[in-house]
Amino acid sequence: MTDIKNFLKSLISMPGLSGYEAPVRDVIRETWQPLVDEISESRLGSLHALRRGTGPDPRPSILLAAHMDAIGLMVTGQEAGLIRFTEVGGVDPRILPGQEVTVHGRELLPGVVVQPPDHLLPASQQGKSVAMEYLFVDTGLRQDELAEKVRIGDLISFAQTPVELAGNVIAGHSLDNRASVAALTYCLQDLQFMNHAWDVWTVATVQEEETLGGGFTSAFELQPQIAVAIDVTFAKGPGANDWRTVNMAKGPSIGWGPNIHPYIYQKFVEVAEKLDIPHQKEYMPKHSGTDAYAMQVAAAGMPTMVISIPLRYMHTPVEVVSMNDLERTGRLLAEFIRRLEPDFIEQIKWENEVSDESKE
Amino acid sequence: MNQKNKFREQIPQISEEQITLLERLSNAVSVSGDEGAVRKIVLEEVKPFADSLEIDAMGNVLVTRKTDVENPLRVMVAAHMDEVGFMLVNDDGDGLYRFEIVGGIDERQLVGKSVLVGSDLVPGVIGAKPIHFTNADELKSKIGLDSLRIDIGPGGSKKVKVGDRAGFATKFKQVGPSLMGKALDDRLGVATLIEFVKNPPKNVELLAAFTVQEELGLRGARTAAYRLKPDVAFVIDSTPAMDLPVWDEEENVRYNVHTDAGPAIYMMDAATLSDPRLIRLLVETGDLLEIPYQFRQPGRGGTDAGAIHKQHGGIPTVSISIPGRYAHSAVMVARLDDWKNGVALVHAAIQRLNRDLFTQER
Repeated sequence: MTDIKNFLKSLISMPGLSGYEAPVRDVIRETWQPLVDEISESRLGSLHALRRGTGPDPRPSILLAAHMDAIGLMVTGQEAGLIRFTEVGGVDPRILPGQEVTVHGRELLPGVVVQPPDHLLPASQQGKSVAMEYLFVDTGLRQDELAEKVRIGDLISFAQTPVELAGNVIAGHSLDNRASVAALTYCLQDLQFMNHAWDVWTVATVQEEETLGGGFTSAFELQPQIAVAIDVTFAKGPGANDWRTVNMAKGPSIGWGPNIHPYIYQKFVEVAEKLDIPHQKEYMPKHSGTDAYAMQVAAAGMPTMVISIPLRYMHTPVEVVSMNDLERTGRLLAEFIRRLEPDFIEQIKWENEVSDESKE
Repeated sequence: MNQKNKFREQIPQISEEQITLLERLSNAVSVSGDEGAVRKIVLEEVKPFADSLEIDAMGNVLVTRKTDVENPLRVMVAAHMDEVGFMLVNDDGDGLYRFEIVGGIDERQLVGKSVLVGSDLVPGVIGAKPIHFTNADELKSKIGLDSLRIDIGPGGSKKVKVGDRAGFATKFKQVGPSLMGKALDDRLGVATLIEFVKNPPKNVELLAAFTVQEELGLRGARTAAYRLKPDVAFVIDSTPAMDLPVWDEEENVRYNVHTDAGPAIYMMDAATLSDPRLIRLLVETGDLLEIPYQFRQPGRGGTDAGAIHKQHGGIPTVSISIPGRYAHSAVMVARLDDWKNGVALVHAAIQRLNRDLFTQER
């Protein structure tokens, strides 16, 4: 059995920016291989792992999707031995000055994002937040050597190493959404000891942060009966306390909104309550901001669901996640899957009105 | 030629051992007013070599290396042990602490960093509001200290309390021609001064002052200079290079110093007019021994020299800095060659020092 915390730490020590997920994909494949019956790669690079169920043919299948891509930066040019860059995914430029990074040039180069002193910046930036176009990455190399080793389009990933905080909590970059990849792994390990009728596709999707490209294409290719996006959500903390946030370390959030099929929602809540798995409600009145948005309308459409792990400081290199929440997420998914009857889909009737408070 | 070799032979070499020591010094957290971690390393290193050693009331480490020369010049060399950092000032509960900046750190350098808190070096992070909750107007203004917290994890730790200091958790590395790490201002100076204590110039009595609270107004150096009462003083610091391109591609004429151009000799900063005789000594030494040097652009800022030169009836003093980019941030970048040349220039200048200095015109 893989130690989930160590696995997560290795996942967040890897690059794997949107569109360039290979390094992290290799590690996930190696870990999932012994837990599943088949493993393959989609044409966009998503990892498809199949664990067969015991139900009669034709067996229904459930897809669990966690995106493995990460946000980061990309080289746009060089000036006097320093690198200019842009973002891959959504990056707040205000988190960048002083940030340690790795430049993926002809070799891996450590570097740091630097903000020039105010007097070298236009008046509009002085004493204020400095826009990304005025920041540099300094690799410590001199101009000629840098020019040999780095070119436009090279990726720049965050170099923050994993940090263990008090209370069984991990901090680091790319916990969005490697925490969910680790939760899927926990789920797969649980399923080894469970009898489940349905086939289970665990999928590590690509390009979520840019285009949801993995979510659209994997759901289309695998055509599951149910598709669940596992992602991270906003935990309460400094700067985040409104209705969009949930509590840290109080269990995964079960999403409710247009990207969520009410009947699947109800089943998840039932399972969580029955087993006393701590959980929270999360209201997603519009776009859920997850692969569920894409999967819901793949092919002829499918019932979708969003399960999220609370995370502080999203899209910074010091994202924070509780291991307890992560493990509860994995367990909730496994317990949900083992309770899927072969005819579960046939039981779904739109006439059966479901509300998010139906079981309270 | 013989003469030159005599000077060169005495200059301490910077090799792997010295870089490893710099690494330990850079990684240690030693915020102004709480310099214990660096002081411990300094004491460990200098004790076997010191003819006398004292920790004064401020926490300065004062070391003497005597000489066989009769009636020697007493030469103070100072480097500050403290660095900019943080103090926890309020416990908000749930492992979150409000903090204050100790020394000068641009607020814009704080966000998204990992830190080490207290003497047990408990890890924490300084997070930020998710970009998803941030509107376009907010993106234009900086994230103020008021809205930032040090987060050591929900539940907190018994090892952390209000009043504890914290520093950036950066780990030192050597990359190509460069040294990258936090607090190279002024661990480069501390590491240099340790080598001086181990290999003192033989012609003078060396008074090494590892000072505290430089970042809070040169406070340690003031009492150290009083106590040591030297004939002359050299201050070894690291000055921000500011040698980046200007946004509009105009020539950067407002750099402070250039990396790769050698140690920087101070003529004037906001706190000191360097003694011109000592400036001359350094320049002549550089020229004689072909050690590159540059002049720091006169301007703002200051070093321990500001406190030292006004002590007693006045002490002829000069500062020399190793150029360092991005001072007072989580990661500084300095060139190994600039450090080596800084060590060589100051050491050789002291070797060439004698009482004739005081008979020279200013």
